Amino acid sequence: MSEFKRVGIIQGNEACAVAAIDAGVRFFAGYPITPSTEIAEMLAAELPKVGGRFIQMEDELGSMAALVGASFAGLKPMTATSGPGFSLMQENLGFAAMVEAPCVVVNVQRGGPSTGLPTKASQGDVMQAKWGSHGNYPIIALAPHTVREVYDATVMAVNFAEEYRTPVVLLLDEVIGHMRERVVLPMPEEIKVVNRKKPSEPPEFYKPYKHTEDYIPPMAIFGEGYRFLTTGLFHDEMGFPTSDDNEITKLVKRLHKKIYAHEEKIWRYEEFMTEDAEYLLIAYGSAARAAKEAVLLTRKEGKKVGLLRILTVWPFPAKIVRELANGKKAVLVCELNYGELVGEVERATKGLNVPVFFKGRWDGELLHPFEIRDFIKGV
Amino acid sequence: MADFKLEDIRNLFKNKSRIEVRLSGAGGQGLILASVIMAEAVGLFEGKNVAQTQAYGPEARGGATRADVVISEGEIYYPKATKVDLLLVMTEEALTKYKHVLKPEGVLIYDEFYVHPKTLPVSRSFGFDITRTARDVVGKMVTANMVALGIISALTGIMSEEALKKAVERKAPEGTEEINLKAVEEGIKLVKERFK
Repeated sequence: MSEFKRVGIIQGNEACAVAAIDAGVRFFAGYPITPSTEIAEMLAAELPKVGGRFIQMEDELGSMAALVGASFAGLKPMTATSGPGFSLMQENLGFAAMVEAPCVVVNVQRGGPSTGLPTKASQGDVMQAKWGSHGNYPIIALAPHTVREVYDATVMAVNFAEEYRTPVVLLLDEVIGHMRERVVLPMPEEIKVVNRKKPSEPPEFYKPYKHTEDYIPPMAIFGEGYRFLTTGLFHDEMGFPTSDDNEITKLVKRLHKKIYAHEEKIWRYEEFMTEDAEYLLIAYGSAARAAKEAVLLTRKEGKKVGLLRILTVWPFPAKIVRELANGKKAVLVCELNYGELVGEVERATKGLNVPVFFKGRWDGELLHPFEIRDFIKGV
Repeated sequence: MADFKLEDIRNLFKNKSRIEVRLSGAGGQGLILASVIMAEAVGLFEGKNVAQTQAYGPEARGGATRADVVISEGEIYYPKATKVDLLLVMTEEALTKYKHVLKPEGVLIYDEFYVHPKTLPVSRSFGFDITRTARDVVGKMVTANMVALGIISALTGIMSEEALKKAVERKAPEGTEEINLKAVEEGIKLVKERFK
C-alpha cells in the first residue's frame, strides 16, 4: 500500500490523486496538461504500487476511450485534464454516458476558449460539463473549494460513478488544483467506498441495460461469463441496437431518472451565514472563497449577506436555490466566467420576484473579495 | 531612508491575525518554490494556518511570476493576497505591478541586483544585493530565492531561522540541501550586517 503524506502542506491536485487511490481508482489513462499535470504525475508513480495501471495515451480522445474499456473490465477509472483536453474527450464522454460506464473525469479548468490561458484559473467549463457531448444525457459534476474538500469530492465522484453507473466530472480550477493548504487528510479506512452493483441473476437471464426499479442496471464485468453488448447506438435492455421509438423513449428517460430520481442524495452544498441574510450570494469552487471573504467584509459594513456555496453543480440543486432565494432582496451569482450557472439560478428563481445579478471574471484572475463587496454595495 | 530598528520591523508581524506575503519576479527565479518552502516553514513548524497560491506564465523562464502566502491564526477563506504586509520583488516589472498592493505600514524587500527604484512606495523599503550574494558568495545564482528567504526570516520573524532551515531541508532537491542552507545563512547575514 502506498504511503502518502496526509498531514501537512498539500496541493489540491495532490489531494485528488491520494483520494483517487483511497476510493479504489486503479486505472488512469490521460495526456498531461497544465494545470492538471500533478494528478497524472502522482498517479503514474503511485498506481503501480497498488496494482493499478497508468497509461499515458496518444491524446485525450484515446484517454476517454480507454476509461470506458477499463470500466467494463471492472476497474474504477479516472483521467485528469483541462479545457482543451476536456473538449477532445466529449465524444467518448457521451459514449460513456450512453453505455453507462462508471468513470471520473477531472477537469482542472483554465482560461479558454482554445488553448487560452494555460496557467490561469477559470470556471468556464461548467456548461460544457453538462452539455459538452451531443444528445440527451445527464451528468454529475462537483466543484470543491478547498484542498480538504478536493479529497472528499474526489472520493464522492468515484462513489457516485459506481453507484449510479455514470461518468462523473470533477470540476477543479487552477486556483484549487495548484493551491497548497495546511490540511489533514483522512486515512483510507475512514472513508466510505462504494462499489458498483453486480448482477444477482444467472448469466442466461442477465440484461446489461435492464430497466430496474432504481433505474440503475447491475453491471457485470467483461469476461465473467455474462453476455454484454456495448454500442453507442440506442439499444434495448440486452444491448442490441434498436430504432424502436418505445425503447428509445424508455432509455432516454431511464438515463435521466437514474440521476434525477436520486438528485437529493447527490446534492451537496453549504450555507454560509444565510440564517438572517437579506442578500444571497451564490458561488462554487475558488470563486466561493472570494465570496466568503466578501460576506464577512460586507457584514462589517452592516449589510446582511449570506452565501450558498454549491458543491454539486450538476444535477443543479434548483430546489435549494429557490428555497434560499425566496424572500431575499437580491441574489448575486459570482463565477470565473462570462455567465454560466447564473442562467440556472435565474430559471430556479423564476416568478419569485427576486432580482438575480451576476459578477464574473474571465481574465484568469480569481475574483477579488473587494470587487464582490463593491458589487453588493451597488445592488 | 528612515532609520528603523530590526525589533520594530519584527514587531509589525507579531500577533497579527492575518499576514499576507507576495513573492514576485520572473519565471526561473524560484519564487514559487520559495513560497512553498515558506508555507511549510510556517504551517508545519510554526503551527499556523497557511494557504499558498501562484500565478505564472506559460514560459519556463521569463514572464511575470508571483506567489502568495497567506498566514492566519484562523480559517483562511480568500487564499490570495489582498493588501500585502510583505512584498518581495526580484524584477523592476514586479515592483511596478505590485507596489500598489502594499499596505502603508507594509515592508518591501527588493533585489538591488535587478531593481533600482527611483522612489520607494513605503517607508519600510529595504534593498539587498540578493542575486549578487547568491552568485558571488554562495556560488550559485539560482540560490537567490533561498537568500531571499533568509532575509525574510531575519528581517520579519514570520518564520524562525530554525523552521525555515527545516523546511529547506525537506523541500530542496536531493543533493542541494547544503548549498541552499548556505544561501539561507547568507541571507540572514545580510540582515544582521544591515542592522548591527
